[in-house]
Amino acid sequence: MTASPSLSLAGIGKQFTLHVQGGVVLPVLAGVALDVAPGECVALHGPSGSGKSSLLRLVYGNYRAQAGSIAIRHRGQTIDVAAASAQTILKLRRYTLGYVSQFLRVIPRVPAIDVVAEPARAVGMTAAEAERRAERLLSRLRIPERLWSLPPATFSGGEQQRINLARGFVVDYPVLLLDEPTAALDADNRRTVVSLIHEAKARGTALLGIFHDAEVRDQVADRLFAMRPPSMAA
Amino acid sequence: MTTLAMTGRPLLQVEGLTHRYGSRIGCRDVTFDLWPGEVLGIVGESGSGKTTLLKCLSAQMEPHAGHVVYDTREDGPQDVFALSEPRRRLLMRTDWGIVHQHPVEGLRMKVSAGANVGERLMAVGARHYGEIRGAALDWLGRVEIARDRIDDMPRTFSGGMLQRLQIARNLVSRPRLVFMDEPTGSLDVSVQARLLDLLRGLVADLGLSVIVVTHDLAVARLLAHRLMVMRAGAVVEEGLTDQVLDDPQHPYTQLLVASILHP
Repeated sequence: MTASPSLSLAGIGKQFTLHVQGGVVLPVLAGVALDVAPGECVALHGPSGSGKSSLLRLVYGNYRAQAGSIAIRHRGQTIDVAAASAQTILKLRRYTLGYVSQFLRVIPRVPAIDVVAEPARAVGMTAAEAERRAERLLSRLRIPERLWSLPPATFSGGEQQRINLARGFVVDYPVLLLDEPTAALDADNRRTVVSLIHEAKARGTALLGIFHDAEVRDQVADRLFAMRPPSMAA
Repeated sequence: MTTLAMTGRPLLQVEGLTHRYGSRIGCRDVTFDLWPGEVLGIVGESGSGKTTLLKCLSAQMEPHAGHVVYDTREDGPQDVFALSEPRRRLLMRTDWGIVHQHPVEGLRMKVSAGANVGERLMAVGARHYGEIRGAALDWLGRVEIARDRIDDMPRTFSGGMLQRLQIARNLVSRPRLVFMDEPTGSLDVSVQARLLDLLRGLVADLGLSVIVVTHDLAVARLLAHRLMVMRAGAVVEEGLTDQVLDDPQHPYTQLLVASILHP
């Protein structure tokens, strides 16, 4: 490999200790090691319960790793998400690390267009430029213009997912995490998402994702990373 | 592996802050830094010491031990409780804002809405009537209070309007640090959403640093970058807001998160 990885995981271990349920310990991940190069898309592959979503959340800093390192290249530096301060993770998320989760977290009263444009404004784009980018993505993802000024709380599941996708692609993040980005989408919109992913790869974005749709997975993934439930992995 | 160089220095450095009520602990050995532009949420149930901590941080109460060091505009980092009383008062009036849970604690109910906002400006030396009234009008607009209410008395306002007026009164002097104690606590749910949205926008636009106490984890998630979880006067867990709420480590935080009702 010529380019050094944008994202490099080593020895990742994660378990949940459920204090509310008598201290039950649930092992989720052990010894996960994985590199993703610039322009590469790696699909996490495995049955449900194998820790795919948990791994994405660990990379995003949403879950806390008990073992291992999560190295991400950020503006010429390398940040270990597993050891970084809250301020550092927030900066990493603002400029480098995008995440399209399965569900949109709705903010009361904020119109769809502003939900999408917000990350672009946060990296320093003018309000006008951020709005232009948001509009372009909303159009490409076939959100009718009459919905742009409405808060997405009352949108359908598919519409909310597309708002989430638009928000994830409005900034050209060098590293992008995708958790089932096409689960609730029709064929046309699935094709749009495939195009967006191809464009991101062409820009050099490193992508790590979960794609249940085999057709989409085959079109975007350069390779699969096999995951097993921890009991089988032992 | 390097960590990101932090830009500049903390706005507030808190070390070993302790306050007792007789033999009872209010808050115990609280240590943290607050960075410029950061919103820190303090969560925990009633009696956990959140409000005591906020009152000590904002110099409304003197702690029994520990330090609060604030990066002043003029002289850099200064121990707030080592400042002379007039300097501390000036700081609280100009560079800091304090938003109380009940707006009547933060407003003067016997003067008009415009005077409530203008008064803060006069405290920092503004004397030109037209400019003060202009700034008051501008701020009423920013907190979504109709301009024609400027001469009305606060007692004619709804709870949500009073809270927004209190926010305007605090922000008109362009503070760098704002303390908020349950800012949405006394409001109906529908009114809460509007206030939260307004606060989010103002905090981002003005680059404010905020310390907000709330028992409402949804409010904390919407407003705060970072959370401190308090129990029995001590901080039991601290971290990135979504990490603390989605992957709580401490038994008490897990209980707190598990106790939320989802509609």
